[in-house]
Amino acid sequence: MTTLPAAEPAGLDTDTFLKGLWRENPVFVQVLGMCPVLAVSNTAMNGLAMGLAATFVLVMSSTLVSLLRNVIPKQVRIATFILIIATFVTIVDFLIQAISLDVHKALGAFIALIVVNCIILGRAEAFASKNSLVRSVLDAAGMGLGFTFALLCLGVVREVLGSGTLFDIPLFGDSFQTWSITLLPGGGFFTLGLWLLLFAGWSQRRQRRQARQEA
Amino acid sequence: MTQTVDIEPAPALPNSWHMIRTLGGVGILCSLLIVLTFQWTLPIIEKNKAEALERAIYNVLPGATERATFRILEDATITRFDEKPTGGERLVYAGYDARRQFVGIAIEAAGQGFQDVIRLIYGYSPQRQQVIGMEVLESRETPGLGDKIIKDDDFVANFAALDVALDAAGTTLRNAVVAVKNGKKTAAWEIDGITGATISSVAVAEIIDASTRSLLPTLRGPSGSRHFWEREP
Repeated sequence: MTTLPAAEPAGLDTDTFLKGLWRENPVFVQVLGMCPVLAVSNTAMNGLAMGLAATFVLVMSSTLVSLLRNVIPKQVRIATFILIIATFVTIVDFLIQAISLDVHKALGAFIALIVVNCIILGRAEAFASKNSLVRSVLDAAGMGLGFTFALLCLGVVREVLGSGTLFDIPLFGDSFQTWSITLLPGGGFFTLGLWLLLFAGWSQRRQRRQARQEA
Repeated sequence: MTQTVDIEPAPALPNSWHMIRTLGGVGILCSLLIVLTFQWTLPIIEKNKAEALERAIYNVLPGATERATFRILEDATITRFDEKPTGGERLVYAGYDARRQFVGIAIEAAGQGFQDVIRLIYGYSPQRQQVIGMEVLESRETPGLGDKIIKDDDFVANFAALDVALDAAGTTLRNAVVAVKNGKKTAAWEIDGITGATISSVAVAEIIDASTRSLLPTLRGPSGSRHFWEREP
């Protein structure tokens, strides 16, 4: 019988959690999960709500995958992971409706599409199925919060430029000319491109500084 | 010279029964989690939806402080409905003010928008033969553009006194409710559209036009008969 590997490093380090927030940010560095990133980052509130919903699914599915990693045969692992992820997406759909119908209305069909967010299946396959419960939860929480941070970064820029508001609070006077393009999918691409440029610039600067210090 | 090569044994193939058992077991566990969450959240979700509808009814019937629910039957008769709705009924809500004077009727309507179906509720005053309020209940229109049908105060103001008078025979609208270009409204039955959200604003006009056209003759009832809303609230 072939089951998923149970090998894992024994130690716990904060890096497991922190790497997803910045160094291996799922959006700005790994460029994963682009569908919700472009579609639901048109306002800061939508970005925050989608990010937190995806984080919940990521943490819960990583927990269950990690707990079951020694009993899931390798041959049926993808089917099992998708079943687990779809379960938590259905649960988060009910929970959002119970918490706020307005948020549920705003996120619409994109809640269901969390099932096919490749960050979640990616972390289940690459990390949770090979690591202990605690490490898997830390990794999922870090990646989820990194995803939320990225959605919020996009949402803030798009909402401020496209509507002149932030979390629905008006920032400018009536004379402010909104850039409606930033609210549309095309504007999402432009904003994402600018953030990627910024992240790549920071990353290169850090690498050059490290190289100078080593020299 | 001989060379020794270590060959790793091929991993044993899993037993078919083990795979079925694992998938079945995870399936049962997942089903249990979904059903438990559904059962736990259902009353909260239903309460949220009922509260949202209740708020919307009073918003589209300015001055109303209490309401009564009526059901439109297949034969166009209208009866009082005090049961818990199951979702299949055609319901309208009559609103009354603090002095128990009739204010108007709140009617739910739906139609295709730009992204998906738009569900809305509007208030109708039979005395004034006007729509006196409108609120969008459900919409997936583009945030920042199409969702101006909810957020744009100037657009919502179109529905404070929108003419939906019936013709002399009382069988259809005297004038069709139409959306016109922003700033071009000249008649009481026209809706000032939204620049950048043309399809969404036209969709709202079409939804109200279709709903009033089909429902108002039924709500008015045969001439000379007592109106359903004149019964006790």
